[in-house]
This record gives sequence, C-alpha cells and structure tokens, in this order.
Amino acid sequence: MNIFLNWLGTLPGAASQGLIWGVMAIGLYITFKILDVADLTVDGSICTGAAVCVVLVTKGVNIWIAMLAAFVAGALAGLVTGFLHTLLGIPVILSGILTQLMLWSVNLLILGGSNIALTRLKYGDKVLFTSDSSPESAQIYITLGILLAISAVIIAVLYWFFGTELGISLRSTGSNLEMSRAQGINTNFTKVFGLALSNAIVAFSGALLAQQQASANINMGKGAIVIGLAAIIVGEAFCMKATTNFAVRLLFVAVGAIVYWFVYQTVIFLGLPSELLKMLSALVVAIFLGVPYLKKRLFSKKKGVKKHA
Amino acid sequence: MLEIKNVSKTFNEGTVNEKRVFEDLSLTLNDGDFVTVIGGNGAGKSTMLNLVAGAYTVDGGSILIDGEDVTNLPEHKRAKYMGRVFQDPRTGTASDMWVEENMSIADSRGHKRGLRWAITGRDRERYKEQLKLLSLGLENRLSTKMGLLSGGQRQAVTLLMATMKKPKLLLLDEHTAALDPKTAAKVLEITDQLIRENHLTALMVTHNMRDAIAHGNRLIMMHAGRIILDISGEEKKNLTVEALLEKFSQTSGSEFSSDRALLS
Repeated sequence: MNIFLNWLGTLPGAASQGLIWGVMAIGLYITFKILDVADLTVDGSICTGAAVCVVLVTKGVNIWIAMLAAFVAGALAGLVTGFLHTLLGIPVILSGILTQLMLWSVNLLILGGSNIALTRLKYGDKVLFTSDSSPESAQIYITLGILLAISAVIIAVLYWFFGTELGISLRSTGSNLEMSRAQGINTNFTKVFGLALSNAIVAFSGALLAQQQASANINMGKGAIVIGLAAIIVGEAFCMKATTNFAVRLLFVAVGAIVYWFVYQTVIFLGLPSELLKMLSALVVAIFLGVPYLKKRLFSKKKGVKKHA
Repeated sequence: MLEIKNVSKTFNEGTVNEKRVFEDLSLTLNDGDFVTVIGGNGAGKSTMLNLVAGAYTVDGGSILIDGEDVTNLPEHKRAKYMGRVFQDPRTGTASDMWVEENMSIADSRGHKRGLRWAITGRDRERYKEQLKLLSLGLENRLSTKMGLLSGGQRQAVTLLMATMKKPKLLLLDEHTAALDPKTAAKVLEITDQLIRENHLTALMVTHNMRDAIAHGNRLIMMHAGRIILDISGEEKKNLTVEALLEKFSQTSGSEFSSDRALLS
C-alpha cells in the first residue's frame, strides 16, 4: 500500500514533465508529421531555448520576455536549417545535424559554461514555476495549472494557424510537393517557415524545462527528438480512429507525452537502472516506426487476407 | 496567348546519358485555342508541357504568356497563369487532405497566402456548387480525404482545381491515360465542358489518336522534338486515324512508334 502511495506521489511530477515535453512534441509534430521531414535541429534548439531563458532571467529580465526570446532564438535555429536545406540543397536530415552541431557551440557561448543553475532562493519568485516538489507543497499543482494553460493556448493558436491559407499551404507542402508548386505555393518558403515555427516551439519548451529543472544544461537536449517522436507515436496510437480533427490530434500528442513520462516514472520506480532508459525509449520508437512497414509487408504477401488488420 | 520561341533543351548534358529533346522548338497558341498534342514515345510532348509550366528550365529560347516573358519565372510564380492536370491522379491533389482543403489550395492560387481563415461557409457553398457540376456526387463529400476517392474522381477534382481560377492556360498531360476507358471518357467530357464554359486556352497531350481528333480545334503532332503536323479548322474536323497515321509516316519517314496509340 505504501509503495502504491509512493508511486502515486511521483505522478504529478511526471505529468508536469509530460506537459512540457508535450509542447516540445507539438513543435516536432510540425516538421515530422506536417512537413514530413525528420528535423534533428531540435536536439540543439531545446537547449538553446533553455539557455537563452535562464541567462536572461539571471540578468533580471522578465520571465515572459525571456521565454519570448527563447521562442525567437529557436525560430532562428530553424531558419538556419531551412536555409541550409533550401538554398544549399543539403538534405534536411543533414541540415538538421549541421545546425545541431553549430548550436552546441552557440549554447556553450550563451551559457558561458556547461551549466547555469536558477537557485530557488534567488530566482524562485522570478520564474513561472519552480522545481519545489516537496509533497506538502501545493507548488506542483500550480505548475500543472500553468503548464495546462500554456499547452491549451499553443494548441488553440496552432489549430487556428493551420486553418489559415498560409497554414494549409504548409500542410500541402508536406503532403504533395509537386501539386503545391503547381498551385503556386513557394515550397521553399513554406519549408523554411515550418522549420522555424517548429524549432521556436521546441525552444519555448526548453525554456519551460529549464524552469522546472531550475537550470539549463548543455546536455539537456540529447535524445530530445526520440522523446518527441515517442510522444507523437503514443498519441497517435490513442486517437487513431477517434477523429481527424487537427486540434484533437495535437491534444493527443500532448497526452502521448504525458503517458510517456508516466511509463518512464513507473519504470524507474520499479527499479530499472536509469542508464537503460534512453535505450528503452529508442527501442520503443524503433518498434512503433517499424510496425506499419512490417504490417504492410506481411499483408501484401498473404493474398486474400482481409484488408484491414 | 502562349508563345514558345526557339526553345532548346538537353537533359544530362555532357554525360553518356545526354538526351537532346529540343533544338529549336517554336509554337504559338491563339486565344481560345484547344490544342491536342500527339506523338510517339520520346517525342517531347510532356517535356514541352513541363517547360511551359516551369517544372524544367529551358536551355535557350523564351516562353511568353499573353506577351509577358515568363522564361525565368520559377514554377510556383507561373502557377497563377495556368492550371495543370497530370497523368498520375495522385499527383494533382494532396491525398491526406480533405476535398475542400484541396479546393481551397487551388482557390488561393495567384494571390498571397496570408493569415485569412482558408475555408469559410461561403467558400464551402461555392465548392459544393462547383462539385455538383461534375455530377459525381462529390458535393456531399467535402470532408473526405482525397486519397479515398477513385482515380477518375481525383482527376475530375484536379480539373476543377485547375480551372476554378480561370487560368490563361490549361495544361493537360495525358490526364486520362491512367483511367479505364469509361472513366476516361467521362473525364474528357468534363474537360470539354470546363474549357468551353470558362473559354480557356488549353494544351492537351494524349496518347490516344481518336481523342486527339475528337477534341479541340487544333491538333499538332510531334516527332523527335519537332512539330511535324499542325492541323486546325475544317481540315481537323475531317481527320481520321488512318489519315493521321499516313501523314505521320510521310513527314517523319518512320512508323508511328506508340503501340498504345494504335491499339486504342
């Protein structure tokens, strides 16, 4: 019973972690699902967002302005990837890797080292929420409330944006490049725009993550894309048949991230060595990405099998 | 309307795969011309269309639409002058977007895409009216994913999307070749109807000689990057497949090289 209560006690923390990574995954959704490209810039831009936010807060800048700056910094990172891809013709995966590597240096420069702490005593009242996770504190619920509100606003804004003419042209670029050009869409522009928007949101999630961890660390983006992909995949598994409404899909990406962190906490709680966690995340994503392909191969071999599994 | 002036185009220049498609191609379309283009495999029909559309750039020469030089305009900027339908029904529409979303993409062609809400109730009514004209029952399937429609339905919607902004030029690149004969006939009927109602200038590539004769007011035949026949008016109306084949071997000095055209 005690163990169960202890486990239950880890859930609010996992939920807040999940909501933050949900924002990140929603950003990733724009490139991975809408533009249909795998953008590896995010591993760098999430840290850029965290670094920009933390450094500005320690310099006394208002937290909202610091978060806005993180958003803009992420957009710039996305622009770099976009230009490498569209102006220089470098494949988007490689462009993302190049930008990610550049960002490693940029992030070190911004941080002026490998780590900056936002100590609670000094900055506790300057950030939106802190990492105070003592059970008697109500802080975690305030944090959850703030994160829920932020996620809701982001989903609402993106729902609106992808219903506008510009937003629809981004979606059609990812869906059918040839048709988009034939319909007068400047597909280079839409790609660059999508990459910038995606990385802006990812960097914004980095700013949230830095507040929750009360620090920005040069290593905090490592493997971020895998966690984001896991959230997207888990979210899709949940809403596959439910609906095609765009806002609901984004909502389920956030749900996917929360489920991911619930599972993560539970696995840690059950005593899995934390060294293995990244391996586990990567394997889960690999399996989920591979299943549709294997399904297709299996079913195309067996003739006469009913069409829908 | 459309002027192709002394255009040359070579693919893979300087390699073993070098292919010279055009050395000096010229063609002028008058306002309201509906030109069918026929020719054997590798004659350059599709390449000509792609050069006009800007999918490929010319090596030399120029392309003018309504007197304006578009030779150096990228594909997406030329799109405001022309509607296009492709051979593969999957090419002309976005499979994982709804019918109404596809139509709204075409509806924005030629003006800047900003932060206006793309599909309003009035747009939806307009799309319904237009889809009704196809008489395929698509007016009730605005929120169906394009990928769930049949090839013929997709080509019909693509045609609608290509013509809804009344383009100066309609480019049809063997747009019925991938369809079964009955569906192809229906799509051609819709093509005729849309061209007539919107008074469009059109260039239709086809492999089917009968179709080339039955549709349009002018027929050109291409061979090895040259236009070897250009027939219009009364002469076009009285054409037969046999006469066309004979003219082909006379002017080109070879047999017509497409089995598909002979069999259909």
